[in-house]
Amino acid sequence: MGQIYDFIYNLLPYLGMWLHGFLRSLGLSEEAVFLVVGLIKAFLLANFGLIGFAILTYVERKIVARFQDRLGPNVAGPYGILQPVADGIKLLTKEDTMPAGADRWVYNLAPLIIATCALAPLVVIPFGPGAIGADLHIGVLYALAVGAGALVGVLMAGWGSNNKYALLGAFRAVAQLISYEIPSVLSVVIVVMIAGTMSTVGIVQAQDVPYLFVLPVAALVFLLSGVAEVGRTPFDLLEAESEIVAGFHIEYSGMKFALVFLGEFVHALVVSALFAVLFLGGWRGPWLPPYLWMLIKMSVGIFLFFWLRATLPRIRIDQMLNLNWKFLTPLMILNLIGVALVDKGLRAAGVSGGMWAAGLFLFNMAMLIGALALPGYLGRRARMAALAGEAEAEAVEAPVAAH
Amino acid sequence: MLSAYAVVALYLLLSLALLGATLLLWWALRPKKPNPLKLEAYECGVQTVGDTWVQFRAQYYIFALIFVLFDVEAVFLFPWAVAYNQLGLYAVIEMALFLLLLLSGLLYAWRKGALEWV
Amino acid sequence: MTLIQAVFILFAALTLGAGLMTVLSRHLFHAVLYLILSLVGVAGLFILLEAEFLAGVQVLIYIGAISILIIFAVMLTRGMARNPGPPLNNQSLAAAVIAGLFFILLAPVLAGFPWPTAASGVPADAIEALGRSLVDPNQFALPFELASVMILAALIGAIFIAREKR
Repeated sequence: MGQIYDFIYNLLPYLGMWLHGFLRSLGLSEEAVFLVVGLIKAFLLANFGLIGFAILTYVERKIVARFQDRLGPNVAGPYGILQPVADGIKLLTKEDTMPAGADRWVYNLAPLIIATCALAPLVVIPFGPGAIGADLHIGVLYALAVGAGALVGVLMAGWGSNNKYALLGAFRAVAQLISYEIPSVLSVVIVVMIAGTMSTVGIVQAQDVPYLFVLPVAALVFLLSGVAEVGRTPFDLLEAESEIVAGFHIEYSGMKFALVFLGEFVHALVVSALFAVLFLGGWRGPWLPPYLWMLIKMSVGIFLFFWLRATLPRIRIDQMLNLNWKFLTPLMILNLIGVALVDKGLRAAGVSGGMWAAGLFLFNMAMLIGALALPGYLGRRARMAALAGEAEAEAVEAPVAAH
Repeated sequence: MLSAYAVVALYLLLSLALLGATLLLWWALRPKKPNPLKLEAYECGVQTVGDTWVQFRAQYYIFALIFVLFDVEAVFLFPWAVAYNQLGLYAVIEMALFLLLLLSGLLYAWRKGALEWV
Repeated sequence: MTLIQAVFILFAALTLGAGLMTVLSRHLFHAVLYLILSLVGVAGLFILLEAEFLAGVQVLIYIGAISILIIFAVMLTRGMARNPGPPLNNQSLAAAVIAGLFFILLAPVLAGFPWPTAASGVPADAIEALGRSLVDPNQFALPFELASVMILAALIGAIFIAREKR
């Protein structure tokens, strides 16, 4: 019994060792074995992204439907399980309507770039102590950097479509994406600061207490900016169907549209995976095998995305940009300075372990409450001032009208 | 250490190849019936008038510029954050000074109305 | 020819080729895209030099931020729709001859110069050492703080120039 548990728990390392031994027995040199194993890892990761995308489209529609008290897709196969297959077949047989005057190379390359840059961060997500595509020293920096590469793809799509709405949509999309990158990067910097390394494996190993409880403000802001980066509701202005008709990917049909769509969903998957690695403790957890814990924690983030989509309305672009530049960015900068000072103070006082975590948690909660109370207080003052101004204007008008 | 990047390069090329293969499969399967009406740009069913050139406001450029400056600041933060656990209070004060200078820049932009969308 | 040499030649060719296409391309937007390709080549060269942090920064800042800024700036100019004409003008022959002479003068000097090579390889904790040197008063603390002042100046200058005249 213990042997079966041990086998399931260490499934991925055992598979790796068996593969290594098998390839060696075929007579390949060490470098060739490394290349082949690397190729297999890359293939598995890419398929994880693609199949995850297919499953997510189905799961999202089901979950959002349940939130809205309806059933969701249930026609294609039992419980609608074959819906992604049906969608795939439909997209594969759609015609490619390239608009006249579109720049052929730019128009065709853009979806590929968006999808590849969305899939790229998966290689640094750890599914276990040794189960990672490539343990880079700059793990999280790599994930952020290649995510930023998708912006170029968006601009290429908008420009290459030879369509006013596509171009306008691309500008607004890029404005939103670059704005929300700053709080995201700053929250990652806070995690790197506390963990002392940029490697994803190192960050997971440093989390004796999951950073969600140590740095709640950073976690919240990372999730919020993640939702905005992916372009999901309530920040889904990029494809506001009623406003600018699907934004920068208006002119894409069939598989190219599928690639852009894939980019968005895989980006959501990657943000959930990063959230799990940075704040939920990655693969760590009692009793269950590490890869299972990783999948469970990723599902938490993904479920949060669906929950937000089903519940909240869309916010305007100026509200969204104000939220970012006037609230989130100053909050993250002050939080970074505060966490650094409090951490140094706690360490100088010799506190460690649970007490240290509790101290940082209390500081972050105090900052969060203060940050949420301040706009509320300012808003109330502004409303009171506006009401007083109105009452004054009425008082001036009434005697005038009475004449 | 470079071997890890070989895996990264392999992964990027493989995902590019897989997606390209899907596009090729689609090219083989899809119907090809071009029609001048289908080739028009989409504008909710209305005919397009004039060039595809949008009134590009300087506001986009200002947001991109502010973003570049804060991105550079974040890049300075990364090595400091990695070395944070070995550094003393002095380093924290230095970084706080760095960040507060940039925060005051953001405040300047706010007061000057550079952060408005309209 | 080792694998690393082959990869180096690949990335160097990418950087130089894309740079050449940037200059020779007639279409402004295509020129920007070739520039982005060239920057990708530079990031690859950084990785070959084991300067992985710089490679990450290159992709994050240059490709993720500055390229976007350049594209926005290019789109601010109305002339993008019009064909800008041939990239070479009537002085191109004289310019090519002078550039060739300059190259013939410089090449032996550069090839024969005793470039100092680092005695040891890149240490494992390079990023940490970089972070420490940024705040060390004896090393780069002053340029670090001056960098923030420079960024502030750039921010204020840009906002002053770009805002609407009231």
